[in-house]
Amino acid sequence: MTSADSAAIDPELLGELGDMLTGLNKNSVPITAETDFNADLNVDSVAVMDFVLAVEDRYDISIPINLLTEVRTVGEFAAVVASARSA
Amino acid sequence: MDLFDKFKPLAAAYADLTHGGRDPFGVAFDRILSPTVGMIGDREVILAGTNNYLGLTFEPEVIAAAQEGAARYGTGTTGSRIANGTYGPHRALEAEMAAHFGMAGAIVFTTGYQANLAAVAGLAGPGDQVFIDADCHASIYDACKLSGAEIIRFAHNDPKSLDRRLGRTDPNASNKLVIVEGLYSMFGDIAPIAEFVAVKNKHNAYLMVDEAHSFGTFGARGLGVSEADGVLDKVDFIVGTFSKSLAGIGGFAVSNHPQFNLLRLAARAYMFTASSSAASVEATRAALKLIQARPALKDKVWANARRLHKGLTDAGFALFAPASPVVAADMGDPAKAAVFWNALLSAGVYVNLAMPPGTPNSKSLLRCSVSAAHTPEQIDRVVASFIAVDRAIKANTLAAVG
Repeated sequence: MTSADSAAIDPELLGELGDMLTGLNKNSVPITAETDFNADLNVDSVAVMDFVLAVEDRYDISIPINLLTEVRTVGEFAAVVASARSA
Repeated sequence: MDLFDKFKPLAAAYADLTHGGRDPFGVAFDRILSPTVGMIGDREVILAGTNNYLGLTFEPEVIAAAQEGAARYGTGTTGSRIANGTYGPHRALEAEMAAHFGMAGAIVFTTGYQANLAAVAGLAGPGDQVFIDADCHASIYDACKLSGAEIIRFAHNDPKSLDRRLGRTDPNASNKLVIVEGLYSMFGDIAPIAEFVAVKNKHNAYLMVDEAHSFGTFGARGLGVSEADGVLDKVDFIVGTFSKSLAGIGGFAVSNHPQFNLLRLAARAYMFTASSSAASVEATRAALKLIQARPALKDKVWANARRLHKGLTDAGFALFAPASPVVAADMGDPAKAAVFWNALLSAGVYVNLAMPPGTPNSKSLLRCSVSAAHTPEQIDRVVASFIAVDRAIKANTLAAVG
């Protein structure tokens, strides 16, 4: 994903995901589309999976884990969420 | 640039873990004296982390069967089930497992891992949807990847979470397979199988239950949590292992589905690996006979499980689940867990050390598995060692333990 793709992400969705990430954001880094789950938030895969479950239930969508293997940043995740919501 | 560069964080964590102690993932027992006692060097160690739930690995009938299997059929089969690797004992064990479960079909595999790989990736493929409990074993996750199906996780032991996810799918668009375990191996918590059956029926999905840790110890006939919950006949597929209660190596899947045997032609983990040795198959068959002949074994493992659970609870340890043959204590953080594990081994008690990312909820824990072969005195020694190590850590006098 390029920064141009990230710019297309709905800022409201990004903000909501940022709020939902508060519990995982132990160092209180600013959440942007470029925030990397592993490098910036330093969360392990189990914590990310719990976050995904919460996002699924909030938006009443299913996010197959097949779609998450390439996801590294919050922006990339937001794109997956946006796609699932419009499906 | 090096292929192993990606493992730098892993190597650093491993170095931390083994610094100043033994390698928890590299313990080698120099001798095994019984189902509950091993030797490391010249020290005897109580085995309290071996999944030897019914303690049948040293039963004379089981050892004699393994010896006779090797003598009659040779040490290895040198081929896969679909080539030269199916012997009479493989067929006999399949018939005996099917009869034991009261199911139409049974297929045996070379390991439990391969049983899941074969069953999941054999049954589900591109265009199908698989719904898995978040805490499912790595073999199930790996099988899902191999299947090419769409994989959707639901919250651990939460039928409502599954219900919501099944409810979001198009009921006619794909086949849906739900996968849960009976007894979860890390925390020792039990799945509400009857509730999962109700949800899968509501959505016209299939249900597979992995009874690897519950076979032999749950249900009137020891068939697992599905039997204990009274829904064995509502579960579409059961998978399990021979390497725990059945004292061998291998895995199985049983089902009443009329097309079940097609898996033999579709499951790559069945087709492209050598079959189990006759020694292992014959040992498993002998252990199955013993389970059928000695229902009291189940009572014994439960009495020991309750004794250990009560002992550790009374001593103030935080346990993850009610008493079951898996009893796991929360250690708080990986460093303390590693120190505690080392000290227990020095005190003559072997348990399993488990830590993130291999554990649910990123917990660091010491996992005990209880055997019918443990004596009450051995269980009490395990508890006493936990207490002694805990006190020594708190008082900073660890060197005195052991």
